Amino acid sequence: MKFALIPVAIVALLGGFFAYKLTQPRNDFVQSAMVGQPVPAFVLPPISESRPGVQTADLRDGKPKLVNFFASWCLPCRVEAPFLDRLEREGATIVAIAISDEGEDVDRFLAEFGNPFARIGDDENSQIQLEFGSSKVPETFVVDGEGVIRYHHIGDIAERDIPVLLRELEKAGQ
Amino acid sequence: MIAELGLAALWMAAALAALQLVAGAFGVRADSILVDMARPAAIVQALLVMGSFTALLYVFAVTDLSVALVASNSHSAKPFIYKVTGAWGSHEGSMLLWVTVLAMSGALVARFERRLDARSLAGTLAAQGALALGFYAFLLFSSNPFERLATPVPEGLGLNPLLQDIGLAFHPPTLYLGYVGLSVAFSFAVGALLTGRVDRAFADAMRPWVLGAWVFLTLGISAGSYWAYYELGWGGWWFWDPVENASLMPWLAATALLHSVSVLSSRGGLRTWTIMLAVTAFAMSMLGTFLVRSGILTSVHAFAVDPERGAFILVLMVLYTGAALGLFAWRASAIAEGQRFAVVSREGALVVNNVLLSAILAIVLFGTLYPVATEAFGVRVSVGPPYFNPVSAMFFLPLVLVLLVGPLLRWKRDRLDRIAKPAIAAAVVLGAALVGVAMLGGAGLLPALGIALAVALGVASWMPLKGRRLRYVELSVWGMVLAHFGLAVSLFGAAADSGFSKETLAASAIGDIMAIGPYEVELTSITPVAGPNWTATEATMLARRGGASYELHPQSRSFWQPQQQTSESALLGSWNGQLYAVIGEQADGGRWQVRLWWKPFVTLIWLGSILIALGGVLALVGRMGKRRKRDRARARTARQQAELAAL
Repeated sequence: MKFALIPVAIVALLGGFFAYKLTQPRNDFVQSAMVGQPVPAFVLPPISESRPGVQTADLRDGKPKLVNFFASWCLPCRVEAPFLDRLEREGATIVAIAISDEGEDVDRFLAEFGNPFARIGDDENSQIQLEFGSSKVPETFVVDGEGVIRYHHIGDIAERDIPVLLRELEKAGQ
Repeated sequence: MIAELGLAALWMAAALAALQLVAGAFGVRADSILVDMARPAAIVQALLVMGSFTALLYVFAVTDLSVALVASNSHSAKPFIYKVTGAWGSHEGSMLLWVTVLAMSGALVARFERRLDARSLAGTLAAQGALALGFYAFLLFSSNPFERLATPVPEGLGLNPLLQDIGLAFHPPTLYLGYVGLSVAFSFAVGALLTGRVDRAFADAMRPWVLGAWVFLTLGISAGSYWAYYELGWGGWWFWDPVENASLMPWLAATALLHSVSVLSSRGGLRTWTIMLAVTAFAMSMLGTFLVRSGILTSVHAFAVDPERGAFILVLMVLYTGAALGLFAWRASAIAEGQRFAVVSREGALVVNNVLLSAILAIVLFGTLYPVATEAFGVRVSVGPPYFNPVSAMFFLPLVLVLLVGPLLRWKRDRLDRIAKPAIAAAVVLGAALVGVAMLGGAGLLPALGIALAVALGVASWMPLKGRRLRYVELSVWGMVLAHFGLAVSLFGAAADSGFSKETLAASAIGDIMAIGPYEVELTSITPVAGPNWTATEATMLARRGGASYELHPQSRSFWQPQQQTSESALLGSWNGQLYAVIGEQADGGRWQVRLWWKPFVTLIWLGSILIALGGVLALVGRMGKRRKRDRARARTARQQAELAAL
């Protein structure tokens, strides 16, 4: 009889613990460790004649920006292209970093899918991408005027991400 | 309109579940006119909730985007089959499926159960009503699957692409059939506790439900394991992910219950223990549901649902389990002691089996909850294969050892010297296999032990048939033999895979050749391909082995609604293993990340689990056949007596 009460106690204990856990706030998404960190120091040459290259100083000119990692060979990048155009029309400054790409391929990509980028750097060995804490294309960072990463978007940008990114840009500008 | 009908049917089903609970509860104490209402209430309730589920299938099939659940889980461009399976791909839909299966099994009990006495049956139906009522309340108050959107949307959000897979579409319902079968066992246990009658009739009534639940759990778990193997692209088949553990824990409890209920049915022993296991098995099903749906755990399966729903399931779980265990504490002493048995006996071996299975269950439970507990104190740890593999093997391998001789022992009392011959034979096979594996080299201690035990069990599992005329061996014995042999096959596959797998990760350019296991693999081309709702980069690889060559096409897929990347691995099977290829990101200089595995005998893992399930099916059919024969014999006796009386 007394021993038989032990399972009841275990259930009560576990139940109480779970109830406590349920009331605790938690993070619902994985955040990049780079959020809140300054961007790495880098100088990237241009990859396309249409736009200049990118270096760290460009990201510290006092204006918040989007930094978009893309590649002409990346299929989701094609899917997100129209939404980058939209963001640019809404006033976002977008700096691009092309990953493992060739100049002609990038030109062809921009001709076909539009060119909303202010600058495009050539990150041939993904070195700068890794230092940004990014591992895939496409990925997009919100960087404030001081060159500090404020937000990290993984994957392609879809319709519903536009207001989020605009809001993060505005926040980064304050 | 259809959605509203579905909702109305759900409300009526809930009302009938309440009636079933009250009528059943009165029926335990005394005869009452209410008792006669419990059975029809269970049957009509099942019909209503089946109608409700059909309504949900319909709104998903026609993609009725004015229903919130459809809008957030479906998409008009989706293949038809996934529109239908989307009905249970979501939280609300899967809960409705759960309660539908629950009500259907309640109806089966109400309609066909003849072995139990009326009072125990009333208690069982009352418990079933209480279970169903909780889930109805959950659906109606917190997760209404038929809720309409104020303004219909032009297009739906789509189903999680990981779920767009035929294996996964049918994986959850299979597991639910298992969970729900255990809920019936739970209800039988509650009924028996209420009346204090834990006898053979009780065991015979409960046994087919446990067997059925166990078969479905076995199939569901192995399907999930195979899915994880080919879909996640990680090359493994068991990750000890919390969601995997959530289905493994009820399976472990059900396996123990299956064996203890057979002791109860054949010998009348292990009474309170069987009741305890029946309650535990269902508690584990509820715990699994809670862990997966509350968002308490972080897992690759990321089901994360809001805390309100988690709280609801928590309350149900604590209420049901707590009440049943409280009842157990109060009534356990009223349950008559079972038949006694000697340590060396079939019962003794089965007790050891139960203890070891319970220990493994405790280990898995602890490992699953430990990270959650430490997180509460601000420490994040991740408990994975380095903990689970060796610790569970420590109990699993002795379990297989017991299996070598257990089925040969006689009930009640046996002498060790009687089984000395087969035991020595098993030891010889075991030793020879161990030496063989050691000579092959390369495998660690646990895989080597695993292979040796698998070989020994593979032989020993057929021993119960020795010296018997096979035509007259009961189907349930065949079932046991087959299930134990299946375990040996699975164990062999798992041990061979973990001991002898080879892996290569290379950044390959087109034309590069990689050697892995018995194959030489050449990356011949990479092309973009497009599907209905995804785009992908697809590699073509040529695998050569002994003059023959085979093409492989692994893909890296990007779904755009919702956005998600998946890798479609390419598998090439042969008699002694599988070649497993995954294509990754593009690396620098036009090279591609290619991951190749050679996995010896890996398919035996799933082949074995199918044999295990098949063994369960044979045992189930055997039980039913036996029962029909007995019923017929009883009817004949009754007729003869009636004729005698008439004379």
